[in-house]
Amino acid sequence: MKALAMPFRRTGEGDRTSQGVLVLFLLALLLVVSCLISLHVGPTGVGLRDLFAYLTGNGDSLTTQERVILEAVRLPRTALGLLIGAGLAVSGAMMQGLFRNPLADPGIVGVTSGAGLAAVCAIVLGGGVLAPIALALGNQFLPLMAFFGGLLVTWLLYAIATRDGRTSTTALILCGIAIGALAGAFMGLLIVMADDRQLRDITFWSLGSLGGATYGRVLSILPFIAFVMAIIPFVAKGLDALILGDAAAFHMGIPVQRLKRIVIVAVAAACGSTVAVAGSIGFVGIVVPHLLRLAMGPSHRFLLPGSALGGGALLLIADSVARTVAAPAELPIGVITALFGAPVFLFLLIGKNGIGMRDLP
Amino acid sequence: MIIADKVTVSRSGRKLIDNISIELKPGQFTVVIGPNGAGKSTLMKVLSGEMKPDSGLVSYYGTSVDLCQPVDLARRRAVLPQATQLAFPFTALEIARMGAVAHGALNPNEEARKALSRVGLRGFESRPYPSMSGGEQQRVQFARALAQVPQPVADGVPRALFLDEPTASLDLGHQISVLETARDFASAGGMVLAILHDLNLAAEFADHLVVLHHGRVVAEGPCHETVSDEMIASVYGIGGAVGRVPAAHIPYVLPQSRHR
Repeated sequence: MKALAMPFRRTGEGDRTSQGVLVLFLLALLLVVSCLISLHVGPTGVGLRDLFAYLTGNGDSLTTQERVILEAVRLPRTALGLLIGAGLAVSGAMMQGLFRNPLADPGIVGVTSGAGLAAVCAIVLGGGVLAPIALALGNQFLPLMAFFGGLLVTWLLYAIATRDGRTSTTALILCGIAIGALAGAFMGLLIVMADDRQLRDITFWSLGSLGGATYGRVLSILPFIAFVMAIIPFVAKGLDALILGDAAAFHMGIPVQRLKRIVIVAVAAACGSTVAVAGSIGFVGIVVPHLLRLAMGPSHRFLLPGSALGGGALLLIADSVARTVAAPAELPIGVITALFGAPVFLFLLIGKNGIGMRDLP
Repeated sequence: MIIADKVTVSRSGRKLIDNISIELKPGQFTVVIGPNGAGKSTLMKVLSGEMKPDSGLVSYYGTSVDLCQPVDLARRRAVLPQATQLAFPFTALEIARMGAVAHGALNPNEEARKALSRVGLRGFESRPYPSMSGGEQQRVQFARALAQVPQPVADGVPRALFLDEPTASLDLGHQISVLETARDFASAGGMVLAILHDLNLAAEFADHLVVLHHGRVVAEGPCHETVSDEMIASVYGIGGAVGRVPAAHIPYVLPQSRHR
């Protein structure tokens, strides 16, 4: 992150360092604004002036009701949205780097389904067979189970779709379809076994929502997301080199196998933990990195931190929309991200430089 | 000095390279020739540390390559791979810069720019790699390798350049200029190992020629001793082609004649 130390150094032709820094700065601004929006909007508005007063430690102007709404509902929900958005977008960007393929997204290739299936297993079996483990792990049980589900799928995908360090797009996407179908079938079995309360929980996974946000959930995914963010500076250079191929990355001094293992664990951690607390929220992992590559270039030095900021902002804005368009009812956030994300994904395939029309390595 | 001692690599029961010993000496331009499937790329992979031999040893200045960390190897040698496609639009400068970063350059941008102008790509810095022609991409990759070992000798230790078919998809002029750049690297005390298919270029540039056939070294030494009619005939199955001009109605181009 040497570049961040000298933000306005003039660097010139072909080097997008200053562009990257500028975009990061704008994304940080956007994130702050979306946090404020997320705290501000909802069935009971909290006035912006009151909000600023509260955030600067001077909350006397708030009514008790407003204070309760802010502290018990909006703050945990905003924190959760921030963590989930950042985690989803970064795991998407990392996966695309790992697979050297801009279409790889944890949602599309089945990692989310795998994590979701594991989460549903945890819900249904957590009261039965797995009860001792569930009790021992407490709050972390669900995210951990989803993490292992995601890890299994990511590893499986890598083992199946990659030969001699090259990943076939076709194999990757088809694998995702197969794994998604398999997860769907098992999910169906579990739904038959589930009782009413469990059924409600399961429906919630498949739609995706930040509705159940509590500080407990925030704390339960915080270690996973913190881990993913913490490794960004250590994997960025390696992922850049990996774009040139396994061999070239090794020639440039990257310990390739270790890098891949770390990235696979990180993708599963981000994906699994977010699925565990908010269900499957699609397309964040493909839309954010793609838009950012257009704005700042594909270098992971900027793409990964940018995805964290942009993903957080996107999810908070989507959640604010989900809460307000049909108020007092609430739309599932997965609906909003899919409405926005699926067309972008299609555009990726068919646009002028459509990657669907190109033979990828 | 980089030494391979009796290295053998077998894959699915076939010996890709069989008991090969080779030495890369500072100041020497070594060229490996041989027909398809002779084991040239495998030999280069073993020497660069990318592939572990099933038996035998590769050492860099007395240290076994197994004991070197990837990052240490990266400071000692750079590798130009065969054609590389990218799914992401890095600019030429960003690609070349990766090489400079790999050896720990203090100012990677500057070194990348220098390397690009050495391969004749000044002014191409901001071009997206996927939009460049095959030959231009190959030169960007060469610039990346040069940026990784900018000094043929650094801290008293010679560096190595491994070039796997560096002239593929280049026009004649650029073929020669790439090989001249590599020769300058060797003349300044570095080590160069190149795989070439063009025997005329090999004959002009090699200080030391290694002929591989069926995974074995069948001839080795200075070009005027190794390139003989018998050798070419036995390895490539083409007889009577060394040192003779073609029939009068066929024009021919010998790049090495330009020095006369």
